[in-house]
Amino acid sequence: MESAPDMTLFFTNARLINPEAGTIEPGALLVRDGQIEAILPADAPTPEGAAVVDCQGHCLAPGIVDIGVKVCEPGERHKESYKSAGLAAAAGGVTTIVTRPDTSPAIDTPESLEFVTRRAQADAPVNVLPMAALTKERAGREMVEIGFLQDAGAVAFTDCDHVVTDTKVFTRALSYARSCGALVIAHPQEPILSKGAAATSGKFAVLRGLPAVTPMAERMGLDRDIALLEMTGAKYHADQITTARALPALERAKNNGLDITAGTSIHHLTLNELDVADYRTFFKVKPPLRSEEDRLAVVDAVRTGLIDTISSMHTPQDEESKRLPFEEAAAGAVALETLLPAALRLVHAELLDLPTLFRALSLNPAKRLGLASGRMAAGAPADLVLFDPDVPFVLDRFKLRSKSQNTPFDTQRMQGKVLATYVAGQSVFVRD
Amino acid sequence: MTSAPTYFRQNHLLGIEPLHPLEITEILDLADTYVDLNRRPEKHSDALRGLTQINMFFENSTRTQASFEIAGKRLGADVMNMAMQASSIKKGETLIDTAMTLNAMHPDLLVVRHPHSGAVDLLAQKVNCAVLNAGDGKHEHPTQALLDALTIRRAKGRLHRLNIAICGDVAHSRVARSNLILLGKMENRIRLIGPPTLVPGQFAEFGAEIYDDMREGLKDVDVVMMLRLQKERMDGGFIPSEREYYHRYGLNAEKLALAKPDAIVMHPGPMNRGVEIDGTLADDINRSVIQEQVEMGVAVRMAAMDLLARNLLTRRTAGAD
Repeated sequence: MESAPDMTLFFTNARLINPEAGTIEPGALLVRDGQIEAILPADAPTPEGAAVVDCQGHCLAPGIVDIGVKVCEPGERHKESYKSAGLAAAAGGVTTIVTRPDTSPAIDTPESLEFVTRRAQADAPVNVLPMAALTKERAGREMVEIGFLQDAGAVAFTDCDHVVTDTKVFTRALSYARSCGALVIAHPQEPILSKGAAATSGKFAVLRGLPAVTPMAERMGLDRDIALLEMTGAKYHADQITTARALPALERAKNNGLDITAGTSIHHLTLNELDVADYRTFFKVKPPLRSEEDRLAVVDAVRTGLIDTISSMHTPQDEESKRLPFEEAAAGAVALETLLPAALRLVHAELLDLPTLFRALSLNPAKRLGLASGRMAAGAPADLVLFDPDVPFVLDRFKLRSKSQNTPFDTQRMQGKVLATYVAGQSVFVRD
Repeated sequence: MTSAPTYFRQNHLLGIEPLHPLEITEILDLADTYVDLNRRPEKHSDALRGLTQINMFFENSTRTQASFEIAGKRLGADVMNMAMQASSIKKGETLIDTAMTLNAMHPDLLVVRHPHSGAVDLLAQKVNCAVLNAGDGKHEHPTQALLDALTIRRAKGRLHRLNIAICGDVAHSRVARSNLILLGKMENRIRLIGPPTLVPGQFAEFGAEIYDDMREGLKDVDVVMMLRLQKERMDGGFIPSEREYYHRYGLNAEKLALAKPDAIVMHPGPMNRGVEIDGTLADDINRSVIQEQVEMGVAVRMAAMDLLARNLLTRRTAGAD
């Protein structure tokens, strides 16, 4: 099924998901030279010379654009390489991964950015767009060379889960980024309140005796950042909004015309604090899993569009980092391959419909980064995912393509599988 | 070899949370018989003869470790103490590797204390002997709650429908959590007394009543349990000073007068005299049962290890068939 670059592909018998129009309809898709050339009615005749891909009534959607993927090069390639991450992404219907700079060392110079770009181009079958740190060594003291890094291809600037606590440094970085038109991605969190936390305050944390953080810490972090946005006018994205309490502040900031968007992680949308159960460290993520009320509020914010994007927050950890007492265990979960099946839980639970889901998975993240992808429209790159939303399976973590298999969904029942993935009209994954 | 337990079904004693009230009662009933044994001149039983008990304390402890050691020796076990502070953990070995190493030596009972919540659960998954939690982080300290329960039952003649006040540093205390769960399971009314920095509001979700005024909270209670101010677990600034804490939340005769005239005073030890409890009151044999608590501790640990060993041997016999 490998297709040559200049080949014309004709996808027939598909259910086309159009997140812009909010529709899902039977149709056909003509792809030429790596781009979507036309969206045609279901009964359109096969254009001459086109290779036919019969979708057999399955869903065809714009490929997922995943902001905040950790690939562990440089530094910890045994946890995840560009090759393994790329294969996992392709198998998960993720056509663009936007990588995090929290490697060791951090990606904070044009030279280190060029290294990861080169590694990505050599090994990954999907689009890889790197982000750079906002401050040197993610230490929160001096801003990086934002202009040079942009020229080298950085699509956004973030210190990941390190909060820039020095408000002066952060203000200057935001102002400078604004002058470059650069997007700053921050982790809204009051870092002193959340220091050392492994759970969210509440009955569960008390019962397990785990150090906990109040959900208010997220709202306080967001409130601070919003105040600084009012001052600087910077272009800002909150990496993960996970609590109900932060939502009104986000809504006010958007209504006040600030250039702010927000994302959330698939784990906070599909799991809650009780899933940790008997100290299961694969459920340790940062920020910690929240209450069921918070989860439902965040799902609803995705439905209304208040939360713009869903990401995997793919964070590979080796077995050794997780086989520790809960407080000491590393945070994070792999999710490139499970992102879509997990997100489909929300569709099967009738909390979201498919076009809304792909608005958050594909359209909005692409738009925020200024990419042409993420749309089911003529002229957009033919980055596509073909999937069956209904087929059931039980997840076996040892079958994941990531080098690390720290998924909270191991042995769980899932519904929905990716059948094929295309990047610029080329097949990068086909399920056997 | 004695018979299999009637109600007690556990393979490990990791906390009070998984226990059924009947299992708790069975431990306490057996412990009562061990109290009698311990008061005889010849205090010995063969319940654990031939079994190996290893005490692994990753956190300093004198009292609890001594109590477990005596309990094991009185039941005829071969007891070994491992000073984990000075061991291979310092050389970078992980908890699981340490557990696997010990497991290869075929212990039968493993008594573990660890500074992190859930660490004992993790260890129990990796070994094939009975594990007793001797305190894990801020999670649970089940034998302390059981010895407190036995002390109350013997002093009050029952372990239900009592008004019990737990006072002080609830937030940092695994003793408070285990007691709250145990006394709740046995249908008592529990009050938690302390400043909001040490008694967070979430504890109300366990059905406890929270008081920040000690005088109000002590009114008409049957039992006053004091907790130690855990300075080592605090990362600063929970109370303004020890003298203000003593003034507002320290137990003295005047505050105790608000409780029922026959109310007993308990403390898990070690005490900070003059910080959470008045020294004279602690020594008052008419009110304080602090020494009895220590005595009950040995008996309860004997009972718990006896029952776990019986289940372990039943399991092994079944496995051998």
